[in-house]
Amino acid sequence: MAALPFYVSPEQIMQDKAEYARKGIARGRSAVVLRVREGILLAADNPSAGLHKISEVYDRIAFAGVGKYSEFENLRKAGIRHADLKGYTYSREDVTARSLANAYSQLLGTAFSQEMKPLEVEIVLAEVGDNGRSDEIYRVSYDGSIFDEPLFAAVGGKAEPLAGLLKDRLPEIPPLARAVTLLREAFAEISGAAMPLSQMEVGFLDRAGKGRVFRRMGADEMAALSGGPS
Amino acid sequence: MRAVSPPFDSSSFVDCLRASGRLPEALSYDSAAMGGVPHATTVLALRFEGGVVMAGDRQASEGYQVASRAISKVLPVDRYSCVAIAGAAGPAIEMARLFRVEIEHYEKLEGVMLSTSGKANKLAQMVREALPMAMQGLVVVPLFAAYDPEARRGRIYKYDPAGGRYEEETYHANGSGGLFARNALKMLYREGMSRDEAVEAALRALYEAADEDLGTGGPDFVREIYPTVFTMDADGVREKTQDDVAAYYRAFVAGLRKKE
Repeated sequence: MAALPFYVSPEQIMQDKAEYARKGIARGRSAVVLRVREGILLAADNPSAGLHKISEVYDRIAFAGVGKYSEFENLRKAGIRHADLKGYTYSREDVTARSLANAYSQLLGTAFSQEMKPLEVEIVLAEVGDNGRSDEIYRVSYDGSIFDEPLFAAVGGKAEPLAGLLKDRLPEIPPLARAVTLLREAFAEISGAAMPLSQMEVGFLDRAGKGRVFRRMGADEMAALSGGPS
Repeated sequence: MRAVSPPFDSSSFVDCLRASGRLPEALSYDSAAMGGVPHATTVLALRFEGGVVMAGDRQASEGYQVASRAISKVLPVDRYSCVAIAGAAGPAIEMARLFRVEIEHYEKLEGVMLSTSGKANKLAQMVREALPMAMQGLVVVPLFAAYDPEARRGRIYKYDPAGGRYEEETYHANGSGGLFARNALKMLYREGMSRDEAVEAALRALYEAADEDLGTGGPDFVREIYPTVFTMDADGVREKTQDDVAAYYRAFVAGLRKKE
């Protein structure tokens, strides 16, 4: 930045970067990661069937990303590499969402302070608990700040009104079927348009499962769950 | 964590491991100086209508001694496939573990599973990379079985130590008791078997192999250790419970006694 003609205060630079990133993230659509009784539900408002926002990371860990696709896709891949390397070098149970979220936080924090352009992404890492270990949901912001969410995380698009709406309507921890219906209604309400099930990308971490417990839910399964039309 | 990766990066975990400097080097090993290492013995696979069965005995042998009575030689790889190992037990199990991560890694990065022949080719490359070890006596020969969701049938691939990959249409068995198991399967196999019939044929063939081969472990009624059996079909990989396998062998052995 030696060629800058004028002095700009560090506060101003950071503020501008943050505003730039926030605007980029708010332009897209939302994703929600939510604890349910049967596990953890990840849902995104995503009209594309091929370009995913939600992904498996490891046995009991899943990823959701919003913002600029190319950027969170790179982060997703880096996370999977990190997890697989760690699990292969040590043991499968040594891969945790907490250490991954920390790594993401470092990476995003460094990118935010050192690069001209901050990453326009917000990501969520979720790990479903078992054997008395509780569920974990971590939200990592564009500047590397990390939040431990007790019940759910809503990111991207109009994330704040969406989070407010969910907070009002969610009973403590809903059953899966109720959560699917509720999220669909919330997405529709926030975007102000009907939300066909085919436009929802949904993944589920099954608490009762063994080994790799992540799976995607198709529109048929969701329709059967929520009892409504697709 | 590795920095955000450049585009067109490989989806291979082995490449990623190599780049991180953590890919284990091929062992340099002098079998004459070091003596024997445990060897995994008999494994087999056979096709049935709409799927494939894979089974293995539980013994690892070191020369004329038992190295382990309860190792598992058939390892699930993903939703539709298993790999079975014969040969030097240590490197073989390590290869199977790496292969599993490789397949899983690809599926997670790309969002789709590798094709069945893609998985089989990848395993062939891993066997070929182990060739220097094989030259020194640590031979690893896996057997790969998968349900192919595209072709909707079971598939079996066998390998040679140089990385040759051959698809088998019916059945195959590997390891020290492999010849005896193959002979038994030759008698038992027929086109269009059901899943249960194929499981029974697999267990019978393992029994015959254990009967003829010193290195192969039979059903162990005292310690209650029985062969592992996996089936792969449209419902995915399923393991037969040890109780089911025990029940089969009890009935089978009782049948043998009556004839005497």
